[in-house]
Amino acid sequence: MTTTSMTMAKALNEGLRKAMEKNKKVLIMGEDVGKLGGVFRITDGLQKDFGEDRVIDSPLAESAIVGTAVGLAIRGYRTVCEIQFDGFVYPAFDQIVSQVAKLHKRSDGVYVMALVIRIPFQGGIGAIEHHSESPEAYFAATAGLRVVSCSTPNDAYWMIQQSVEHDDPIIFCEPKSRYWEKGEVDTDNPPAGLFDAAVRREGTDVTVIGYGASIKTILRAADTAAVEGTSLEVVDARSLAPLDIDTMVKSVEKTGRLVVVQEAPHMASIGSEMVAELSERCFYSLRAPGMRVSGYHVPYPPTRLEEDYRPTVDRILDAVDRAMAYDS
Amino acid sequence: MIGEELVQLLTPEGERVANSDYESTLSGEEIFGLYRDMFIVRRLYNESTSLQRQGQLALWAPIQGQEAAQIGAGRALQPMDFTFPTYREHGIAWCRGVPPKDMLRLFRATSNGGWDPQKYRHSVPAIVLGNQVLNAVGYAMGIQRDGAEEAVMTFFGDGASSQGDVLEAFVWASSFQTPVVFFCQNNQWGISTPMSTQSKIPLYHRAHGFGFPGVRVDGNDVLAVYEVSKRALENARVGGGPTLIEAYTYRLGAHTTSDDPTRYRIDAEVEVWKHRDPIERVKSLLVREYHVKTAKFDEVTHEAEAMATQLREDVLAMDRPDPITMFDNAYAAPHPLIDEGRREMIELGVSGGSH
Repeated sequence: MTTTSMTMAKALNEGLRKAMEKNKKVLIMGEDVGKLGGVFRITDGLQKDFGEDRVIDSPLAESAIVGTAVGLAIRGYRTVCEIQFDGFVYPAFDQIVSQVAKLHKRSDGVYVMALVIRIPFQGGIGAIEHHSESPEAYFAATAGLRVVSCSTPNDAYWMIQQSVEHDDPIIFCEPKSRYWEKGEVDTDNPPAGLFDAAVRREGTDVTVIGYGASIKTILRAADTAAVEGTSLEVVDARSLAPLDIDTMVKSVEKTGRLVVVQEAPHMASIGSEMVAELSERCFYSLRAPGMRVSGYHVPYPPTRLEEDYRPTVDRILDAVDRAMAYDS
Repeated sequence: MIGEELVQLLTPEGERVANSDYESTLSGEEIFGLYRDMFIVRRLYNESTSLQRQGQLALWAPIQGQEAAQIGAGRALQPMDFTFPTYREHGIAWCRGVPPKDMLRLFRATSNGGWDPQKYRHSVPAIVLGNQVLNAVGYAMGIQRDGAEEAVMTFFGDGASSQGDVLEAFVWASSFQTPVVFFCQNNQWGISTPMSTQSKIPLYHRAHGFGFPGVRVDGNDVLAVYEVSKRALENARVGGGPTLIEAYTYRLGAHTTSDDPTRYRIDAEVEVWKHRDPIERVKSLLVREYHVKTAKFDEVTHEAEAMATQLREDVLAMDRPDPITMFDNAYAAPHPLIDEGRREMIELGVSGGSH
């Protein structure tokens, strides 16, 4: 096993490089992805090595980035589309929902919509408006799409490659606040399948499920809870659509308590879906109702306030306490 | 209404017109072939309208009046070219070899597509208008990367010309010089919205602003549409970049069978355009210049009738699909919610679950 320490940004870059080396049909397209290497430098150096035909600096039009990737997919290419920020994906929403999600079905399986739409999502970087959103539920609610999110450099390295190789369209959500954090990457073996959840920390009292940037916060909460004598099991969903519900069921059946954490508001969210599904499947194991720790139901606030909006260690522990207070 | 910039090779009376840029290259036999195509496609339109009125189709999108625009463009295509249509391109589908019954699966509501788009090199119909134009440009980017001598033609109307996707497609095609021909059928009406609301300048002028050529052709003149399309496609195949063709035509019928055009346009306007019928003018030319006999026209009439009879039979035989087929091809790879849905449907006994 070869492991290397690298940031999530570098891991994504290396993963994309691997994917492009493996298959000549893999392209990258987006705004500023070439010479600049993307605003987050995820595609740094790739245009230099693979050429302007494969790493395409596009005009500024998100619907066209996705809409032309659809045509490229029909022609047999696999395009990784970069959306610069979460809040800029909406101009492409029509193409994603009307064409990307439906053309495989509409063509009776003839068209393979193998494309990846990378979206830096969630907050935590002190940006201005439209740069900190969590739009994952819009896509998860659309049949025909799959939605995944990485939380570690190792997952980033492998999940981006698995996404490029997959034959269904993948919405790839990258927690931008974790881009610069380092972790060990095993370049020999993938940690899991693309749609598998991962238990990040084993525990016995409460199952806490999250994804993306929330995982680090949940792990901190678990450290604190442990000091206070409560054992949290931390599950990283990794795949948001479909959910790896079996892994989650196993954990909840063990702990009997459930807290879900997300930056998106909880109305019609991934977290709400987890609570609903797990309530149905684990009804006799649950000793308390599932709790949701989410962003508030307001437009993402000016980022001087974002730490009061995003789930914090305190808010997670508060939900854990509420779950623990039910005792039956 | 029609300016002098219009490319026309045949008047509404069927007289040839000299044009400084284009001349007809077609033989009498080939022109007769275009007549045959247009006649059969109009019969297809009539039969489908009847089927809809008799409750056999959920909806139908008329093509009447636009036959020359579609047959002229459709016959200019090479087999390896690829096309991205809307739901009104029955004439293009005919030229690409799509069986008429397959064109009606969408309208019988038994399928969301209807044919194998790779087999006929004719994509499945776009209903969200404008989307297909960007998809076409992407396909053309693929042709460039493959180094192939092929072109893409994509279809939209005066209504969709206002969509952002169409304008983004113009930017992309111009920036990357993709081998794509934008074929706009300006039929004057976007349901009830007149052309004057979509644009204050002739649509083909827009191309110049994006940096590629635009041509307005008499969309009811199949000879002119054929030549203009052929040149634009040839130019695209050899790396000459995109062209916008505005086929100036008229939707003689309703937008769809759910529409009532008497609410928004006057009969006099429709009458004017009836005199510009695309089929009659070719017939006049064939009789006068090529002395085509009545018997030969009758053969086409019989062929069209046989097609219509067969079409009706095929449509009536098109049954409601097994409900379980809704799960097929929703995803390319296995998906737990698809498995769950299938299982539930089988348990409920709604389907035999043979798939």
